[in-house]
Amino acid sequence: MTANTTDTGRRGGADRGRTGLLLLTSVILAGCEGQQSALAPSGEDARVLGNLFWVMLGGAVILWLLVNGLFFYVTRINRAALSRRFANGLIVGGGVIFPTIVLGGLLTYGLSIMPDQRAPGDGLTLRVTGEQWWWRVEYWPEGAETPIVAANEIRLPAGERSEIRLDSARVIHSFWIPSLGGKMDMFPGRETRMSLKPEVAGRWRGQCAEFCGASHALMAFEVVAMPPDDFNAWLQAQAAPATSPTTDAARRGARIFAREGCGACHAVRGTGARGAVGPDLTHVGSRLSLGAGTLTTTLADFERWIAHTGAIKPEVEMPGYGHLGAAELADLAQYLKGLE
Amino acid sequence: MSDTDQTGPTGPYPPTADMLAEPVPQGEQDRTAAELRAAWAPPTGWRYFTAVNNSEVGLWYALTAFGFMLLAGVLALVMRLQLALPDNDLISADRFNQFFTMHGSAMMFLFAVPMFEAIAILILPAFLGGRDMPFPRLSAFGFWCFVIGGVFVMGSLLFDAAPTAGWFMYPPLATQDEGPGSDIWLLGLSFIEIASIAAAVELIVGALKCRPPGMRVNIMPLYAWYVLVVGGMILFAFPPLIAGDFLFELERSFDWPFFDPTRGGDPMLWQHLFWIFGHPEVYIVFLPSIAIAAMVIPTVARRPIVGYSWIVLSAVGTGFLSFGLWVHHMFTTGLPNISLGFFSAASEAVVIPTGIQLFAFAATLIAGRVKMSLPMLWIAGALAIFTAGGLTGVMLAIAPFNWQVHDSYFIVAHLHYTLFGGMVFPVIAGVYYFFPFIRKKMLSERLGRWAFWLIFTGFNVTFLPMHLTGLLGMPRRIFTYPEASGWGWLNMISTLGAFVIAAGFVVFVWDLLRSKGSQTQVPRNPWDAGTLEWSHDVPEEYWGARSIPHITSRYPLWDDPDLVARMDAGRYYLPDSPHGHRETLVTSVIDASPELAQRVTGPTWITLWAAAFTGGAFIFPTFHMYPPAIVSGAFAVVCILYWLWTSTARPPEHGMRDAGLGLRLPTYASGPKAVGWWAVWITMLGDATAFASVVFGFFFYWTAKPDFPPEGAMHAAPALVGLAVLVLALSWALTLGARHWNGAGRVGAARGALVAAPLLAAGGCAALIASVQALEPASHVYPAIIWALMIWVVAHAMVGIIMQLYCLAGSVSGKLTPRHDADLWNVTLFWHFLCLTVLVAGAVIGLAPGVL
Repeated sequence: MTANTTDTGRRGGADRGRTGLLLLTSVILAGCEGQQSALAPSGEDARVLGNLFWVMLGGAVILWLLVNGLFFYVTRINRAALSRRFANGLIVGGGVIFPTIVLGGLLTYGLSIMPDQRAPGDGLTLRVTGEQWWWRVEYWPEGAETPIVAANEIRLPAGERSEIRLDSARVIHSFWIPSLGGKMDMFPGRETRMSLKPEVAGRWRGQCAEFCGASHALMAFEVVAMPPDDFNAWLQAQAAPATSPTTDAARRGARIFAREGCGACHAVRGTGARGAVGPDLTHVGSRLSLGAGTLTTTLADFERWIAHTGAIKPEVEMPGYGHLGAAELADLAQYLKGLE
Repeated sequence: MSDTDQTGPTGPYPPTADMLAEPVPQGEQDRTAAELRAAWAPPTGWRYFTAVNNSEVGLWYALTAFGFMLLAGVLALVMRLQLALPDNDLISADRFNQFFTMHGSAMMFLFAVPMFEAIAILILPAFLGGRDMPFPRLSAFGFWCFVIGGVFVMGSLLFDAAPTAGWFMYPPLATQDEGPGSDIWLLGLSFIEIASIAAAVELIVGALKCRPPGMRVNIMPLYAWYVLVVGGMILFAFPPLIAGDFLFELERSFDWPFFDPTRGGDPMLWQHLFWIFGHPEVYIVFLPSIAIAAMVIPTVARRPIVGYSWIVLSAVGTGFLSFGLWVHHMFTTGLPNISLGFFSAASEAVVIPTGIQLFAFAATLIAGRVKMSLPMLWIAGALAIFTAGGLTGVMLAIAPFNWQVHDSYFIVAHLHYTLFGGMVFPVIAGVYYFFPFIRKKMLSERLGRWAFWLIFTGFNVTFLPMHLTGLLGMPRRIFTYPEASGWGWLNMISTLGAFVIAAGFVVFVWDLLRSKGSQTQVPRNPWDAGTLEWSHDVPEEYWGARSIPHITSRYPLWDDPDLVARMDAGRYYLPDSPHGHRETLVTSVIDASPELAQRVTGPTWITLWAAAFTGGAFIFPTFHMYPPAIVSGAFAVVCILYWLWTSTARPPEHGMRDAGLGLRLPTYASGPKAVGWWAVWITMLGDATAFASVVFGFFFYWTAKPDFPPEGAMHAAPALVGLAVLVLALSWALTLGARHWNGAGRVGAARGALVAAPLLAAGGCAALIASVQALEPASHVYPAIIWALMIWVVAHAMVGIIMQLYCLAGSVSGKLTPRHDADLWNVTLFWHFLCLTVLVAGAVIGLAPGVL
């Protein structure tokens, strides 16, 4: 958060404007943080956009004060008739010349940012497909012929620019991680692209930004940037098939999973479950959220989710398995939580 | 003296100072006033609702639109309650989605645009010293369509069946939506859009042709200029949406895949069509409100506006520019950077005309001696809010910044700042300013200040924090959010602010509705304004202007101290109504020299019936009930024909009338001198725009989709398409011939042509329908768009056939004569456009296969 102070410092001028601006920013600074904040950037793209915002905000506050100050002056402080020539000059000066100069400068600065935003990635490619209401994620390391499939979580190597290719299954979604960069819409039948470069390792949150139906509000995901070596190790682990259940409860859970036909929709690589309708669950136990950023991955949340999908996520396609007894739900949760 | 053959005015014009100074005898004043009063008496009792006069219809229109605004505001309050706390479950996701969809849709389609039309219908004639709008029954028809459509669309909320896909209705979400919600949106609002276009046509003709004598275009009130610009914008902005609705409903009803990517369609086409409408829409809402400020500010400054020509040019410029900005709503759809750069720059460019208008207002205040008033307080509040919204708009127009905040609460804040500052506050200023004109009473200064400070404070408490909420990552249109997001406190502040706004509106509504019976009579010109509406009569008279003055300056009440007394005495034009008819003056477009004493229509039920049946034709298909829809549509056509037959273009009993000041004016006109001809021209421009939008769809697919047309696709039969074009063109030629022969007195030949023309047209339709029979419209977008073009042409040709038969019947019954041929002129004009449509559609359907 140093960008704002240097930028405001650069723009001197009206004292009143600057004092107001500093006051405003100091209030705002306190509220800038957050996992999903464009004002607490951790990616290269988001940082540049953050700077752009603070510069524009400073200019906007000054201009607002000037225009409204003028109106206040002529309607409240000095109501007498002033010079007609000044009045005419104001129309041309304030309405044409001044905005042309300011906007020319702003466009030059603002649009010059564009080519570097979303530059082509330098290694890893992700392919993210929007579903109602979750994210299908494929990792394509350079030269890979088949993807490593995951869901509802984005992991990126820190310090590298990853290419992200986006599309959608049925309706339009929008892929947005405010802390790392701007958003890009996802269309059925048309691929869009972007790239992101987290500058540090960390954890943030992303969310669908285009209204996509009943549970649009519940279509989020966790984002993790890891040092490249850690990332590669993590990706290798993701490529591996599922681990076999190790406890009795988990083994019972696996049988319930098979009996209830969960594999018709979900894939657990290395088992008979090969469904592709819902999220791949091969490593679901190691994820940071359930139901696309809606619940945590505690055992209790696994049980809640399986039993009450529709109550947690309105109109979700997965039916609730409330008819399973508490014991069976617990077993199932043990099995899934064990899929690390 | 027989002067029935005269088609132009005779007698002295313009009037000399001596003529104007000559007093009118008291006896004559009383007699003519009584005549006028009788002619313009409003219907009473339950027949009150047959009124068509602009003062009644305009008021109903405004109150209804305001009612819808309050309802949509209540929806917003419920949404704010739901969002006040994280993980709240006050209302379900589905209901929340219905509410935000209807909040936006109602505010735009049931409040903002109709409110402009309502206010313009209510006060434009007064600005122009006129008696009424040129087509009072059209206003009434538009109003009833609006009421029926609005109640239908809003009513769907009560049945939990309202649309849920957002006011922008993006496919495929909205096309796949189950239940009638999306159909209610598409059909209900299309119905209202048609009413909006009707009002726009009427307002344009009103501003162009119904000005008082002498009011050249360069001295007409700025409000009239804005009406002209906004009317023109409606004419070109709504048709793309109507065309989009047409394709969309064909997909919803018959599964024709215009927006389905699996069968060659493209959801992006809808986004383009929607925003080509949607962005001008913002200025359609904003400019008329600025127009109110342009009327209030000279009064407050007590001097004429500074920079009149600058303001007019800026308004026109804003209108033009607003059609080149739509892509800034689509900055995140992955368009190439070069497009984004272009549309960023175009979006920033609109600052210049907007800035000129604001600085012209500032200049007026600087050059004048300001006398603050309650309306000016609201204007000042509007300015404070609007400039903030404008400056965030400057930020948003920078494409890369837009990538961050698009579809976040930052946008919610921005759009409410522009719409409250650019529309709500100026309109409320207008209510305070014009209330004494409308109701002949004053609103309370004290309550007005209370309302102002509550709404102003509440507004900023609600929406200022939303900028931050959006930057902290909160997307729009989410029904809930987790506690960990950290958005809870900001949302709580916004919710509290929303209820402060609501409290302000309660005060405002109370002030509007409370009984003001004990108030002493208001002065006639309480603000010392200079424009013509303040010559109104207190207590109220229904004749609009006692006599229609000759105007030579922009602020006639300031510049001509005798004007009002002379108007009152009936010194000016049309001070009487010798035959008990309602009449208004029609003048030339540029110089406003008198051309015609136009008879205007009076109270009737037929407009209500016509609106009800038209409503049926739109509402039944929502529930896939097609036979009742067709029957209802047929009844609507019958009602409209009855209305036209009985009250328009009737040969007058007296061909000329004494208009006052020695001027004699014809009472009938056809062709370009008739207001009806102008209305057809303007309507057809809108219609042609809608057709162009469908054709744009064809070329959009062609350029954007590699599989258009798909490999081995069937095409329309070229010979049949050629035949259809030829035969329809012949029908057009015969219509033109009928007008020519009729005008030359060869009535028999004209009737013969009017018998042959509809037969040919019917044959052309049959050939066109036959030409596409081999195509399967549900299979791919290529056959679907060809079918859509075919339907468009056939539907228009059927209207054209009805028109030809109407003229034939008129000729046979004696309604249409060689001298009284306005109907035939108007029908020919329609056929000019139809012929063009046929040629373009024929070229696209018939020639495209060879080129593609």
